[in-house]
Amino acid sequence: MVTPKELKYARTHEWVRVEGELAFVGITDYAQESLGDIVYVEPPEAGQTVKQGEEVATIESVKAASPIYAPVSGQVERLNPLLEKTPELINQKPYEAFLFVVRLSSPPAGLLDAAAYESHVEQEKAAH
Amino acid sequence: MFPSLPHTEEDLRAMLAAVGAAGLEDLFADVPPELRLRQPLAIPSSRSEAEVYRRLSALAAANRTDAVCFLGGGSYDHLIPATVGAVLGRSEFYTAYTPYQAEISQGVLQAIFEYQSLICALTGLEVSNASLYDGATAACEAASLALNSVRRSRKVLYARTLHPHTRRVLATHFSGLEVELEEVACRDGVMDRDDLHRRLGAGTAALIVQSPNFLGYLEDLTGLAEEVHAAGALLVQCADPLSLGALRSPGDWGADVAAGDAQPCGLPSYFGGPTVGYLAARQAYLHRLPGRIAGQSVDRDGRRAFVLTLQAREQHIKRERATSNICSNQALAALAVAVYLASVGRQGLAEAARQSAAKAHYLAERLGRETRARPLAARPFFLEFPLELPGPAAPVLKDMEEQGFFAGLPLERLAPELAPDGAEAGRVILVAVTEKRTREELDRYVQAMKRILK
Repeated sequence: MVTPKELKYARTHEWVRVEGELAFVGITDYAQESLGDIVYVEPPEAGQTVKQGEEVATIESVKAASPIYAPVSGQVERLNPLLEKTPELINQKPYEAFLFVVRLSSPPAGLLDAAAYESHVEQEKAAH
Repeated sequence: MFPSLPHTEEDLRAMLAAVGAAGLEDLFADVPPELRLRQPLAIPSSRSEAEVYRRLSALAAANRTDAVCFLGGGSYDHLIPATVGAVLGRSEFYTAYTPYQAEISQGVLQAIFEYQSLICALTGLEVSNASLYDGATAACEAASLALNSVRRSRKVLYARTLHPHTRRVLATHFSGLEVELEEVACRDGVMDRDDLHRRLGAGTAALIVQSPNFLGYLEDLTGLAEEVHAAGALLVQCADPLSLGALRSPGDWGADVAAGDAQPCGLPSYFGGPTVGYLAARQAYLHRLPGRIAGQSVDRDGRRAFVLTLQAREQHIKRERATSNICSNQALAALAVAVYLASVGRQGLAEAARQSAAKAHYLAERLGRETRARPLAARPFFLEFPLELPGPAAPVLKDMEEQGFFAGLPLERLAPELAPDGAEAGRVILVAVTEKRTREELDRYVQAMKRILK
């Protein structure tokens, strides 16, 4: 499991990369591994206002369809156009294949650092 | 005749012994006594094979098969080439249930793939699913697709000129859900565009319109897609697929989804079915299509092969997030449609549509000129038109039947609210004419009607 140090993480397995007022959002290596081959991403709408914790997208893999929760609050600035045709990029490069970019309405809060996320994953695994 | 005998006494004893039960009573000990049937089932006792043949022959003889059929109302008496029955009669197709281990059933997948391709070609849309139960469920699934595609939408508009059964199934399908179904009024037998204009607005997922509509009239679809899209909604067109052999396709009209009953293309007009629903949409809605989609691929040796490409909405993939509970398709009936379309071809389909329309117009014209009946045919229609009789429809239909004609469907029984041009519903019948009707049959119909209405 790869967990880059420079990113922030949500307990629901999304990663966040903050660049100024923008936050890039994707799913973690652990999440893509658990989902299996991803075949479709149903993204939010560009311009849509999202609240932290709100379900905003769906990722479908050959196994299941999983909800994606907004890890930050703000307005969806843009989507990753590559995922429409090549959703498998999430499996190949989970930390490059962002799902969408949010223009933050407030600074991110309540997110985990890499170490805390890794121990969260270990706990989840142990619980299963 | 032998009753069904799945197990011998010996089988029963062996099975009971295997599970450690002393007897059948012992096996069912966990079923509370008050729930057990204490007397024999109230069904007739078994009969000999000869008796069964006699009984079934008597029932079959009660069917009237000699009358010339002018019945329509959603189910039409078109010619079905012998190829359809020949292919359907192959046990590889008719004994097969849904392919659970899909890719092992290459023949079924190819048949579904061909069906989908033909439906796409007919509707002018990019993706078709593997089929649905009937036209009414297809319309419901089209509405669900729209509700799931248009964000924050809760309202579905449909024209009152839809088949009344489709309207009823829509009401049933969406009852208990937070969906507003609104009917767009009918004016002079077609959808009232002013009423539509009033009802369209934010929160509308779709407009469902049927053309040719239930009365047989062509709805004016000019500018309709633009108007519906401007409100953020999708346009769903229900169309008789056979009519698309001659008419502009839903895709060409700008519709996002086409849905309907494919009975006219290769299925007989049995009492109540089975028929098959088709559903096709623009590429953008591929992942919203309910049911399954077969696709063409290559196997590891590079040979053409077929796969079950998508079943994105089905419950075993989406679980509680499924947006449709359709988990099957109408494979054998869809195969009939595919064989029909492949047999008649583009030209044959156009010919069937044009001949049906020409014969219907010929009949309407002669009835108007030579009888006391009044065809309500002032606006464009395809192969079916309302005919107003000078008095109540029932006795006229009965007299016509005695003359050897199923002369039409009484409008009052199905959709009295649609009676156009100030006609009284009780006097109106819907008359459908297909390419199967001969000139001689049409002339005899006119003569009989003339005599009866004298």
